[in-house]
Amino acid sequence: MKVLVPVKRVIDYNVKPRVKSDETGVDLANVKMSMNPFCEIAVEEAVRLKEKGVVTEVVAVSIGPAQAQETLRTALAMGADRAILVQTDADLEPLAVAKVLKAVINEESPNLVVMGKQAIDGDNNATGQMLSALLGWPQASFASKLEVSGDKATVTREVDGGLQTIEAPLPVIVTADLRLNEPRYASLPNIMKAKKKPLDTKDIASFGIDTAPRLKVIKVAEPPKRGGGIKVETAADLVAKLKNEAGVL
Amino acid sequence: MAVLVIADLNAGALSDNTHKTVSAAKAIGGDIDILVVGKDAKSAADAAAKIEGVRKVLLAQSDDLGHGLAEAIEAVVVPLMSGYDAVLTPATSQGKNFSPRIAAKLDVSHISDVVEVVDASTFVRPIYAGNALETVQSSEAKKVVTVRPTAFKAAGEGGSASVEDIDAGAGAGPTKFVGEEIVKSERPELTGAKIVVSGGRAMGSAEEFQKVIEPLADKLGAAVGASRAAVDAGYAPNDYQVGQTGKVVAPELYIAIGISGAIQHLAGMKDSRIIVAINKDGDAPIFQVADYGLVADYKAAVPELMSALG
Repeated sequence: MKVLVPVKRVIDYNVKPRVKSDETGVDLANVKMSMNPFCEIAVEEAVRLKEKGVVTEVVAVSIGPAQAQETLRTALAMGADRAILVQTDADLEPLAVAKVLKAVINEESPNLVVMGKQAIDGDNNATGQMLSALLGWPQASFASKLEVSGDKATVTREVDGGLQTIEAPLPVIVTADLRLNEPRYASLPNIMKAKKKPLDTKDIASFGIDTAPRLKVIKVAEPPKRGGGIKVETAADLVAKLKNEAGVL
Repeated sequence: MAVLVIADLNAGALSDNTHKTVSAAKAIGGDIDILVVGKDAKSAADAAAKIEGVRKVLLAQSDDLGHGLAEAIEAVVVPLMSGYDAVLTPATSQGKNFSPRIAAKLDVSHISDVVEVVDASTFVRPIYAGNALETVQSSEAKKVVTVRPTAFKAAGEGGSASVEDIDAGAGAGPTKFVGEEIVKSERPELTGAKIVVSGGRAMGSAEEFQKVIEPLADKLGAAVGASRAAVDAGYAPNDYQVGQTGKVVAPELYIAIGISGAIQHLAGMKDSRIIVAINKDGDAPIFQVADYGLVADYKAAVPELMSALG
């Protein structure tokens, strides 16, 4: 059984993004980049399935610039077996990403796709759902628990107000939520080993898919800043201010 | 121009998120219809018909729709889209689950988590955990949009639209509902509450979280929230999580207790009208957004707050 794990290179989780002064986007020059945190959770889950003996091969795929090779090497160091980079310098929208992933899936024929529920740059939370719709495969989004047995997947999902469990025959698209697992740190020996694992690079043009942006970005601006407030000395002062000044109690 | 709004139901009842999404639809303009999908959802459809400015309500009912299965909802919506220029869904877990499927089937972009409608084709949405606001323009024939409900005022009541039963579609195919665990609570729903009391990692344990945060919330008639750090540590359930990766709230009053104010938490609550922070570290970033800050150990401050509230 084969699992495909799409991963994205994004601004590091701990870096505060800065909007460019000309309002054309977020400044990514000389900023630390890392694997999207939800993608890390997806890689971890796939590797755990392999360690449990449920799957035999974990293939990581990224669509991005040459530097996304580093992101794929991280996936390989975590335990993926091989990697594919679909190279492009363009910033693809979720629909285009889903179309390219569909083409990769048609070549690779995985039994399962595990991917992050959203990337922390665009915050779209759309690619997995779109991929499921394009392929006609069952969708299990926002997974907090995944069990694969025989030819079916049982997935517990984070829903409004609690948890929902669904079941679907493979192949299935699973999108990872935060509580699915805690990703491991790659050990130094595994980072060294990952350098020797196979990483294929394909030109995005070879897929013949129209990936041109559909949306025009008019501007990217800083959100309005909240003015700093005041400090109060005691809980009683606080209640008095909330009642008399703010009028919220 | 015609806009379809997909209703949000909470335990079978129409939620306020629907009214807020209707306001976003009004900003686009044109006729507004509401689609209610669910099981035993007639009363929700009747409630939707009373929202001001609605032309008609469409009601589709089946077991799969009642369980909110994404494939089933997509199968109802996509055939309807020949009659609409835009479809708007509240950006709840449920809405986020199915709305991008509709966009993919129509071969158009998905415009996620909109906080402002500039005009019928131009929308503002937060990116990078709310650290930037992106204005995007779509020239596509159909707009498929999720709307962040806290960014819009609820549309009023007073309408008297007709309710029309429609076909429930082909269902979810091979995807089967197995079960659910929905937390039943007397407290208001987190995203719609007027007051939210949230606890952070400083609580140190689930027992302490329950002992400190919950009585204060109950005294104020508030919903309970938590920071991601508190959720990750297991002090609070995941659906309490306020932040970019959890729920986005904008109550009248937000009280953050023992929360340092990480970027990702601020993204989930910074649009609250009044923010109160109680933290023993006077340099915690939460104080930069707080209207009222109390530098104190919550262990002393919360009991004092309880007694000051009477």
